[in-house]
Amino acid sequence: MIAILDCEMGNLQSVFHGIDSMGYDCEILKSNELSDENTHLVIPGVGNYHQVMSSENITDIKKSIHDFANTGKPILGICLGMQLLSDWGEEGGGIDGLGLIGGNVDRMFEDRTTRLPHVGWNSVDFLNDHPLFSGLKNNLDFYFVHSYQFIPKNNNSIFASTNHGQDFTSIVAERNIIGVQFHPEKSQSNGLKMLENFCAWDGKC
Amino acid sequence: MLKKRIIPIQLLIDNRLVKTIEFGKYRDVGNPVSSSKIYNDSDADELIFLNINREERSIEPLLTLIKKVSEVCFMPLSLGGGVKTIDDASRLIQNGADKIVLNSAIYDDLNLIEKIAYKFGNQAVVASVDARMNQSENKYDLYSNCGRDSQPVDLVDHLKLIENQGAGEIIITSIDKDGTMNGYDKELIKIAVENTAIPIIGAGGAGTFDHLKEAFLETDVSALACGSLFNFGDNNPIRAKAFLTNYSIPFKVI
Repeated sequence: MIAILDCEMGNLQSVFHGIDSMGYDCEILKSNELSDENTHLVIPGVGNYHQVMSSENITDIKKSIHDFANTGKPILGICLGMQLLSDWGEEGGGIDGLGLIGGNVDRMFEDRTTRLPHVGWNSVDFLNDHPLFSGLKNNLDFYFVHSYQFIPKNNNSIFASTNHGQDFTSIVAERNIIGVQFHPEKSQSNGLKMLENFCAWDGKC
Repeated sequence: MLKKRIIPIQLLIDNRLVKTIEFGKYRDVGNPVSSSKIYNDSDADELIFLNINREERSIEPLLTLIKKVSEVCFMPLSLGGGVKTIDDASRLIQNGADKIVLNSAIYDDLNLIEKIAYKFGNQAVVASVDARMNQSENKYDLYSNCGRDSQPVDLVDHLKLIENQGAGEIIITSIDKDGTMNGYDKELIKIAVENTAIPIIGAGGAGTFDHLKEAFLETDVSALACGSLFNFGDNNPIRAKAFLTNYSIPFKVI
């Protein structure tokens, strides 16, 4: 059973329908409802970094996610969910993140020609192999919407990059954890393929 | 590189798809759920739904629709028409909307943009601005409430306020061009592009692929919305992009 984490914000239905359409069972639940039956965890996300990390019971949420991560089962962070994997995020005034993959989240490069938010379809250049990329060609377009970027501490954690004025990290991964800056559930057939690959992944690289 | 987008815009009255001319008389053009399914298969980049029923200004019809559409469409979905509060926005987003389109409510409560942006992020707010050319004074007048109420606000001031409040994108629509199928108001689009640093979606007037080409090549618009072009005639986003690719306009590779 794939768990989709509900942080009481954002559009969870699309992730649910995306995974469901690939033939996998999934459920939307709160972090304290995670159980042994959950084989995979998706941290979806639209919203504001600060708003999530300053929520009342964040200590409990953090602990449940870390406990899940320590079992070695796969975790997928999407968009804000990817950014929350970091140590610290600038958005909303600066606050600590989940601390699952080393790095910070800063505002992206901005000028007149590269408008922010970075909204739309942009190509994803795979820099490393990963089970989630199985059956997907390199440099396909996925749907992005964000103004902040994940800057990993360790360059080996960068699994894909994308250009918007400058190159930024569009996929970050370590161990059984992977984060994608774009929205696979909004990226039509290629995005759904990536969700399917995640559901089939055993968390090992 | 970020690609250009083509966005079918779907207007709704009583959960039927309609198409207006100059925001006035309309024709029924089908069922929004089936048309969305077809757009999903024909390579549209995202979809915008606007409830333009002037009597029923609640979000209930949009809620019914988004539940069905989000099951069959795996692309970004923007919804608007009658959204007045953060609670309206939350309910739509929780049921499958990715972005909320605000128009009339902005004139009454500019802070609504900021409130929704704080809770759901800037990208979740799309501000829609409807403008009509005032020939005698040679300037654009703004209208709310589906083009009915004139707003005594300067176009550029309004665009900048929207940007400062934290909207993620702006849809700029020419009321004069709506449904005419005789081309976008490129001057209006240019004003929006030049006075803001957020993505601009141009709307109103697309009737041929040449109109898309002209607007993409002559302005820095991020996306173009089309209604009549796809509602009437044998056109779809795949064909539009096949044509535009000849002019080196970049679109997504899937």
